[in-house]
Amino acid sequence: MAAGVAAWLPFARAAAIGWMPVANLPMPVAPTEKNKRQDELIILNVSGRRFQTWRNTLDRYPDTLLGSSEKEFFYNEETREYFFDRDPDVFRSILNFYRTGKLHYPRYECISAYDEELAFFGIIPEIISDCCYEEYKDRKRENAERLMDDNEDNKDCKLPNMTFRETMWRAFENPHTSTMALVFYYVTGFFIAVSVITNVVETVPCGATPNQKDMPCGERYTEAFFCMDTACVMIFTVEYLMRLFAAPSRYRFIRSVMSIIDVVAILPYYIGLVMTNNEDVSGAFVTLRVFRVFRIFKFSRHSQGLRILGYTLKSCASELGFLLFSLTMAIIIFATVMFYAEKGSTSSKFTSIPASFWYTIVTMTTLGYGDMVPKTIAGKIFGSICSLSGVLVIALPVPVIVSNFSRIYHQNQRADKRRAQKVQKARLARMRISKTGSSSAFLHSKRNGLLNESLELTQLPYKMNISHQSCSEDGQKLSKTMSLLESQHHHLLHCLEKTTNHEFMDEQLYEQSYLETALQSYPSRSPSLSSQGLTGTCCSRRAKKSSQLPNASAATSGLQELSAINIQCGDPPLSTSRSSLNMRPDDPPRLNCQSGQITTAIISIPTPPATTPDGDGHTLPNPSVQNIVKVSAL
Amino acid sequence: MSQCRKRCKRQLTKVARYFYRFLTGTLTQDSIEDDFELSTVCHRPEGLDKLQEQTKFTKKELKVLYRGFKNECPSGVVNEDTFKLIYSQFFPQGDSSTYAHFLFEAFDTNKNGSVSFEDFVTGLSIILRGSINDRLNWAFNLYDLNKDGCITKEEMMDIMKSIYDMMGKYTYPCMQEDAPREHVESFFQKMDRNNDGVVTIDEFIESCQKDENIMQSMQLFDNVI
Repeated sequence: MAAGVAAWLPFARAAAIGWMPVANLPMPVAPTEKNKRQDELIILNVSGRRFQTWRNTLDRYPDTLLGSSEKEFFYNEETREYFFDRDPDVFRSILNFYRTGKLHYPRYECISAYDEELAFFGIIPEIISDCCYEEYKDRKRENAERLMDDNEDNKDCKLPNMTFRETMWRAFENPHTSTMALVFYYVTGFFIAVSVITNVVETVPCGATPNQKDMPCGERYTEAFFCMDTACVMIFTVEYLMRLFAAPSRYRFIRSVMSIIDVVAILPYYIGLVMTNNEDVSGAFVTLRVFRVFRIFKFSRHSQGLRILGYTLKSCASELGFLLFSLTMAIIIFATVMFYAEKGSTSSKFTSIPASFWYTIVTMTTLGYGDMVPKTIAGKIFGSICSLSGVLVIALPVPVIVSNFSRIYHQNQRADKRRAQKVQKARLARMRISKTGSSSAFLHSKRNGLLNESLELTQLPYKMNISHQSCSEDGQKLSKTMSLLESQHHHLLHCLEKTTNHEFMDEQLYEQSYLETALQSYPSRSPSLSSQGLTGTCCSRRAKKSSQLPNASAATSGLQELSAINIQCGDPPLSTSRSSLNMRPDDPPRLNCQSGQITTAIISIPTPPATTPDGDGHTLPNPSVQNIVKVSAL
Repeated sequence: MSQCRKRCKRQLTKVARYFYRFLTGTLTQDSIEDDFELSTVCHRPEGLDKLQEQTKFTKKELKVLYRGFKNECPSGVVNEDTFKLIYSQFFPQGDSSTYAHFLFEAFDTNKNGSVSFEDFVTGLSIILRGSINDRLNWAFNLYDLNKDGCITKEEMMDIMKSIYDMMGKYTYPCMQEDAPREHVESFFQKMDRNNDGVVTIDEFIESCQKDENIMQSMQLFDNVI
């Protein structure tokens, strides 16, 4: 319940007057205040700065330091004020929380200082209101990352007992841990470079020998290149197998991008070994060699900048997509226009619209090769418009990509997007919790308070004019654990329950019982429990007997007054086996048919509670006590 | 014909102006804030002394009430949406907007669409500090939706449905469709003495005074504040 609304609780309770005349059951007893303290101003002296507020304001949140009796430890008798030796600036926002119900995070404040103050005053940070929550979470994350970075830099310890496999994995991931890892790192780097250079040099035409014409080096020194290739591939294979062995989770390792690059880099060689020198497949074999260029991507393990670039491109996927889409639109438009503009001219290169695509792309990216030029005047006009707009369209998404890259680079490639999604989920969960908080509090206290209530009820005298003092002590027992506001709110909800003769139920419990009653569909045989109509399981599709709401004037025998809405056990004892299978022991609405007998036992005894027309012999379900039966004798 | 030409001219000038602004780069007009919401309606209540005379609250109680009122409604009046919002905070499980609407109608005695502090405190004074008859009168006024002096079955049905709506969906036992109607039937059985289908104020007060439950419940309001 929000703080400011707490002040409207008297109004809500007064508004319950609309329920009184229609209610058929008597209302529960209202909780009374133990000692009606007049509201007074209290002074909070925080390091010399005095804050003053009403005592009621602080009592709104009884589970914090200022709202509970914990603040008495800080009371100073001589000056009659509460003294706290804390930061007065932060205290301002904390006190505002009590006043307005919203906790704000001041931006100029350091995050750890603020957290300390919140912890001291017993306020959980999750209730920071939405306007400041994002900022708070961002700052907290930055701080945590900074601490983590510092820890990593300082960490040069070697954990005492790591397995050989773990050591190896650590060596692969972080080459600075040991000399061996460093050597390995540089060796692999060297061989990647050698392999790439080999691929490139292979195609350069070497000097012409006298007897043969000019041919690329690869074909001249085939064996040398083959040996080089083999050596590189062997090294890469060994490296890949070692990584595979050392990986903590092999399945995840195989799926990772780097491992795929590794595999694609070395596979062509093996395929080439396997395949024979067929004429048909040699063409495919040549294509496979293209994939050898992927070895250059292995450098990304060695360069962090490359990794950041790849990550940037991945995270800017939407901007890139937009760029592509807008370009495509523009290309199609301009290609069409150019085609029709140039249709008239003779020997035009613009033979079709797809043919004009090439012109449009070259013009929009301001390349201008000049292999296709418009000849008509209209074509030239549209061509110039095309090139101008090309500059615009391409320039628009580029700053976004650039800023993304710099942001990621500065944050050292944290997985921002994944965390943002978690934050969003956490926020939704927070809002849901605060919404269901008050309703679940009521249900929780109902379940816990039933014993107190039964105590209360057995002591009710049977006359109408009840003196409130006698049952007020029992009421005290109830309200001891919760604040007065809460108990008053719960009393209000209880009155509503009495008015409509239904009870609030927990959502999960409701689903549970609904599912179970839907399974069962026994005909309602009127048991011997009550002469009035007995509703069996609720929500059943069979014809139910109407539950009689007892009138105050029709208060005759106890049996008759048993408003059997609450009795679920409409099943005759014959079907115990079936029904007991469906029942769960801790399901409150369920009754064993054994307890059905208990019900009869209670009713048949002419006990005083049964004869009072107003006495509320209503015991609420308690999941911990399994055989308590819901009886309402009125 | 001349009208057509006038319209054409107007459109042309608009287009020309648009092109001019397009070329000079001042396309977005500074839209004048012509929707001046007079949201700064502020209402000040009458003096403390006068309110104390009119209601049965002490000065201290009035001060506490006003502080809470002003905190939630800084402008000094509650409109219906705020009213519903405040009331719904107390009933998280159900839908209390219809009942809050009826309450709003009952509190807004001068029918101007907003409840000022005087209305609020007058209503509270009757409910919390009034005699049993006053309270019953107020309740009757709440039920009588069209204020014609008698409660018909339809009016009672609306009220009953709104009360049952506040319970929400997750109740034990399950909320049946005709639970409100049955409740209305039993209510009319109890209250309507001459069986003419409506409940007048005299029948209402008489029946309530005879009902011990209701009399006892009325005592609940004695120590709310």
